Amino acid sequence: MSTLLEVSGVSVTFDGFRAINNLSFQIGNAELRAVIGPNGAGKTTFMDIVTGKTRPDEGRVIWGEKSVSLLRMSEAKIAQAGIGRKFQKPTVFEDQTVQENLLMALKNKRGWLGVLFYRPSADDLDKVADLASEIGLKDELTRKSGELSHGQKQWLEIGMLLAQEPRLLLVDEPAAGMTPQEREHTTDLLVQAAKTRAVVVVEHDMEFVRRLNCKVTVLHEGSVLAEGSLDHVTSNQDVIDVYLGR
Amino acid sequence: MDRSFVAQNPSVLVFLAILSLFTLGVTILSEGVGIGVISTSFVKTLGKTLCLGLIAVAMDLVWGFTGILSLGHFAFFGLGGYMIGMWLMYERTRLIVVDSLAQAEIPPTSTEVVDAIATQVFGVVGSSEFPLIWAFSHSLTLQLILVVLVPGLLALIFGWLAFRSRVTGVYLSILTQAMTLALALYLFQNDSGLRGNNGLSGLQNLPGVTASQDVVSIWFLWASALALGLGYMLAAWVVSGKFGSVIRGIRDNEARVRFLGYSVEVYKLAVFTLTACIAAVAGALYYPQAGIINPEEMAPIASIYLAVWVAIGGRGRLYGAVIGAAFVSLLSTWFTGGQVPDIPLGFYTIKWVDWWQVLLGVSFVLVTLFAPQGIGGLFDLWTNRHAPQRHGAALGPDESALREKEATE
Ligand SMILES: Nc1ncnc2c1ncn2[C@@H]1O[C@H](COP(=O)(O)OP(=O)(O)OP(=O)(O)O)[C@@H](O)[C@H]1O
Ligand SMILES: [Mg+2]
Repeated sequence: MSTLLEVSGVSVTFDGFRAINNLSFQIGNAELRAVIGPNGAGKTTFMDIVTGKTRPDEGRVIWGEKSVSLLRMSEAKIAQAGIGRKFQKPTVFEDQTVQENLLMALKNKRGWLGVLFYRPSADDLDKVADLASEIGLKDELTRKSGELSHGQKQWLEIGMLLAQEPRLLLVDEPAAGMTPQEREHTTDLLVQAAKTRAVVVVEHDMEFVRRLNCKVTVLHEGSVLAEGSLDHVTSNQDVIDVYLGR
Repeated sequence: MDRSFVAQNPSVLVFLAILSLFTLGVTILSEGVGIGVISTSFVKTLGKTLCLGLIAVAMDLVWGFTGILSLGHFAFFGLGGYMIGMWLMYERTRLIVVDSLAQAEIPPTSTEVVDAIATQVFGVVGSSEFPLIWAFSHSLTLQLILVVLVPGLLALIFGWLAFRSRVTGVYLSILTQAMTLALALYLFQNDSGLRGNNGLSGLQNLPGVTASQDVVSIWFLWASALALGLGYMLAAWVVSGKFGSVIRGIRDNEARVRFLGYSVEVYKLAVFTLTACIAAVAGALYYPQAGIINPEEMAPIASIYLAVWVAIGGRGRLYGAVIGAAFVSLLSTWFTGGQVPDIPLGFYTIKWVDWWQVLLGVSFVLVTLFAPQGIGGLFDLWTNRHAPQRHGAALGPDESALREKEATE
């Protein structure tokens, strides 16, 4: 399997505190990966680095077949290159309707002139409607997203992520605030999405990770502590000490 | 602009209808072409008010929709005024000079004419030569192009520098104020090439036009109404589609917009520059009605007033901005015009000419605190729209995000 994203030797220091410490990580083209680790392990910071929000002090982040470095690209360019992100705290545009949110995310021209003259085609509206039914928000299309429940906002954000049609999805704690059925549905969606693209899921809930049934990377103090199947890492003594045993 | 645009934005039609009725009504009541109920000077005041409405639309686009609290848009307004003022002064002086030299025995050469114009125009600042920036002032077409080109270019360069380094919020506002102040201070100098603090005057006299001011004031009223109507439609169209979604997203949460792949800086720059051009057009129509422009007009305070108008009218709704600008500026004309009776309190007399500013300041604070949706919010009572119930949470994490009470369900 060819590598889609390769992070190597990356370190980040905030005011002398080393949040990411010589981290290396790889993911292939159509792979599902779970990232677990205690609070403050650097999971979110890792996503910040890949998406261009935080610049590392050292290390390399290499993307795609052409092996371009993401370090010199802006957040917008990285997103255009095909990396989509779901935030830990659901962030949707609350003053705008579900449809507007999805249309903004939908894969289309991102330049200002193209956007200025853009009017949604029937095809685009169909795609939005399909996505909306997939995420259970079909009847809420014209509602402002600020009125949605916490779980629905999570869904909307997952929908926006899928609408972008990225090659790599970074998903930060998608199941927080969801009911057990919703969690199951989320698992299905992520597993489904990972058939055609790479998906990285950060999650605390072990049951959730077990259902994803994929390779697991354990982060601790900014670097990889263990990697492998869930059973493999959960039987690792280091992992038990720092994460599971607490 | 297709049918669906108007269908989706009925408020645009209502606005245009009211604007047309207003213009028609004023014309019928005017001294110049109507029954003479409204004096020419008041027609000019109303025409100028329409121009202020137009710059308020620009301000609402840049602040209310994109979240950039620019405190510099009156600089663009003033520059637009200067650009048209240069032609007006040049051409009018030329006609006078040509007229007086026609009496002479030997017909004057064209250099003699230009020198005579320069002496007339710049005598007041002790110069008799045209500075370089007047190179195009002989041509109306070129100066009209400069009306949008000069402020547009200034906005483009300033915006590029500011947005590229991701200056946002209060710092950006301070930077725009600094730009405005620098420009005003520069223009105050006698050797700025724009007659220092004398500014440009006599702009109400259109060269070659023999019609009286009574009639000319109506022309400008119509021109201002047309510009406001077109500017309003343009702004409504810009915010109606996905572009509107993106800029409102930038206002509420710009980091999130970046992660969707939109280059936030480019969008901000586009809006900043477009609104600078709209402001410049408004200024170019305003100053021929005012008759005079000087650097005082571009003082930083003017741009702050602009923000106050938009806030009082209701940020993030275009008609609110126009209403706010019209309401506050007309009220200000009324109070500062000395027509309002003073209030004798025995120990102190409230003179409105002095106290109006205080009243305005207090109303601004009250509106911001208690009715952030502004005058425009009255229309929500009428159309029965409510603010969402969010327990005080704003609609996004950014400083410029819409606040709970500004939003509608
Ligand atoms: N911008 C920042 N400035 C200073 N410290 C930061 C910054 N961002 C993250 N950190 C610190 O880096 C460490 C890693 O944070 P991060 O958010 O990546 O953890 P996490 O693994 O996502 O934790 P959680 O499970 O709680 O979400 C934390 O100790 C955090 O306080
Ligand atoms: Mg985190």
